[in-house]
Amino acid sequence: MNEQIHNPAQQKSAEKLLVVSPAPHIHSGDSISKNMLGVIIALIPAYLVALYFFGLGALIVSITAVISCMLFEYLIQRFLFRSKSVTIGDGSAILTGLLLSFNLPSNLPVWMVVLGALVAIGIGKMSFGGLGNNPFNPALVGRVFLLISFPVQMTSWPRPIPMNMQYLDAETGPTVLAMIKNHFGQLPETTDMLIGNMGGSLGEVSAIALLIGLAYMLIRKIITWHIPVSILFTVFAFTGILYLVNPETYASPLVHLLTGGLLLGAIFMATDYVTSPMSKVGMIIYGIGIGIITVVIRVFGAYPEGVSFAILIMNAFTPLINAYIKPKRFGEKIKK
Amino acid sequence: MKTFKIGGIHPNDNKFSAGKRILPVALPKQVIIPLAAYLGAPSVAVVEKGEKVKAGQLVGKANGFVSSNVHSSVSGKVVKIEPALDASGYKRMSVFIDVEGDEWMEGIDRSTEIIRECRLTKEEIIQKIHDAGIVGLGGATFPAHVKLTPPPGKKAEVLVINAVECEPYLTCDHQLMMEHTEEILIGISILMKALQVERTVIGIENNKKDAIELFKNRIQARSFDGIEVVALKVQYPQGGEKQLIDAAIGRQVPSGALPIEVGAVVQNVGTVFAIYEAVQKNKPLIERVVTITGKSLLNPGNYMVRIGTPLANVVELAGGMPADTGKIIGGGPMMGRALMSLDIPTAKGSAGVLFMAEDEARRKEMKNCIRCAKCVSVCPMGLEPFLLMAQGEREMWPEMENDRVMDCIECGSCSYTCPANRPLLDYIRQGKFTVSGIIRNRKTPNP
Repeated sequence: MNEQIHNPAQQKSAEKLLVVSPAPHIHSGDSISKNMLGVIIALIPAYLVALYFFGLGALIVSITAVISCMLFEYLIQRFLFRSKSVTIGDGSAILTGLLLSFNLPSNLPVWMVVLGALVAIGIGKMSFGGLGNNPFNPALVGRVFLLISFPVQMTSWPRPIPMNMQYLDAETGPTVLAMIKNHFGQLPETTDMLIGNMGGSLGEVSAIALLIGLAYMLIRKIITWHIPVSILFTVFAFTGILYLVNPETYASPLVHLLTGGLLLGAIFMATDYVTSPMSKVGMIIYGIGIGIITVVIRVFGAYPEGVSFAILIMNAFTPLINAYIKPKRFGEKIKK
Repeated sequence: MKTFKIGGIHPNDNKFSAGKRILPVALPKQVIIPLAAYLGAPSVAVVEKGEKVKAGQLVGKANGFVSSNVHSSVSGKVVKIEPALDASGYKRMSVFIDVEGDEWMEGIDRSTEIIRECRLTKEEIIQKIHDAGIVGLGGATFPAHVKLTPPPGKKAEVLVINAVECEPYLTCDHQLMMEHTEEILIGISILMKALQVERTVIGIENNKKDAIELFKNRIQARSFDGIEVVALKVQYPQGGEKQLIDAAIGRQVPSGALPIEVGAVVQNVGTVFAIYEAVQKNKPLIERVVTITGKSLLNPGNYMVRIGTPLANVVELAGGMPADTGKIIGGGPMMGRALMSLDIPTAKGSAGVLFMAEDEARRKEMKNCIRCAKCVSVCPMGLEPFLLMAQGEREMWPEMENDRVMDCIECGSCSYTCPANRPLLDYIRQGKFTVSGIIRNRKTPNP
């Protein structure tokens, strides 16, 4: 009873004070954590495929990445920002961790994964002020940091072996794009590329699993089709032209679509809310830009794979796209 | 199925009072009739303290063109004329009348008999609408005769009837359409004559299939020429004037222009009924249908209420204020205003009273913008609410004007959708207010 008297909320209801606030008075119920959770659910099929083909290594790398991303976000907010509210509950740190691990080989040592997470969260996200303020995709910042710092470890990909229990000692081989770049080795069958039976980073290998994730996110309206479709279409068209010009030197557009993390990048990395444009036309321009840069790096550049760089480069253009490409206005003609 | 082309949301419609017959509300002891319960210049009181008035008697005379007459809704004695709190949250000059009996002005036909024929000329019709104090009953309460008088050089081509009722919870228009179909159709014919248009499109959302059928049948049975019914895909804010014109006749009103620019005149279906009563029955606008609703309300329903009746009287009929009420809204949940109490009078624009429970009443904590672009994709005007809010926070008024803040129709779709619970519309509204002041100053520079 005493508690009731001292509780201001209770007192208010006793006096029948009403809430007065401006319209609208209802809300969709959507929240940041629901969207983040939706993306995490969409990642589950690809994660299951990763666990199947890369086994123990995939488990260790992914859990390490997620835990260290959450931990770094907590520590930075708590002790550097000294802020009272800590946002690790909104799911974005979990998502960054998961996406980072999806972009890593499954035999990467734990300390490197932790370092990648520190760069992703510390430099990629928190140094700009946390969620919503970062110009670059944090997971890709972490991945590219690791790729440039540890090129050997970051490009030795474990071979897919069902129910693999090896971790650091996993047998490795090149990715499909590396084979094409260096003109050696037998390319895997298309069906293997579809289900994910090929060398590559943890989450990039299975086209089918990634496409299921895309379908889920489109149905739930977490993302729109504009970014993934424009990236995939651009890559398909560009590499298709090269292939038609000279099928001996250039890989077929299908191979380009199914390999090198293009689907992972187009579906999960490029569609990151914070770092992609706001208008539909802007999204398509951004997607075309990513597609073109990806192919240019893959075909003419030094690296066999270019999706991460392409996305980061286009991230830098996002503010510019937002400033110039406006959504279609109602009643375009202005009456003065 | 037709709808507007840009943006839009799909809130739960929660139409608990759908299909509930319109019930009359007993006369209160006292009515409070605001002299300015509409958009435009306040009317001037023409009665004095102590004067006896009849129902339908003029108490406030229109003051200028964009202004409207105000009538007494009851018979009785004027006890005072002083400011009273109304649904807008402001105190406005109002006439307080103590009710005595129910005596009406002569010439007002209160029978239910339907009068089909109208021999009046265009000018006579508009004059009658003006005299009867008809304002838009959809919520904006813009004087109806103004819309019926296109500016020189402009010609109306199509009359668009707003029977969308896209606000969740509200059902007053729907029920009126079900019970007074023919009167509404006659009202439309009168309006067509006043505007001298050959074509009318009635836009009804597809969640009111019974009304769509009923109107189609009546139009055929009574051969109303030139009136068509268009079923619209359910989507908010279809009842927005510009959105409705786009949806119903596929024309986009240019930014900053009025509907007449594309040859359209829009009237709400409730307004049309009031116009029928004014023209055919000589009855001024002194009562309207009000929806009383809410999830915890005992008996949600539609009520015919005399203007000026305290809302508390109407709510009593619907079962009284629910115990868990945390917020009372005058109008619908998307664009209505939160009320401070129920001791305010029913106004011409009062479409409904909505009781929201405590758990729904408060906004959630605001988070960082994650730039998900959902506000951009739902905005029916093609604006960028996230950007306007950011500009508003920094008081960047010229930039807000440049990004078309004045186009905002304040439908609230952005704030409704935002996953970070950002009060986008609050900042946009503030921006509109400041920017419109800047524009006014520019047009009339200080000497």
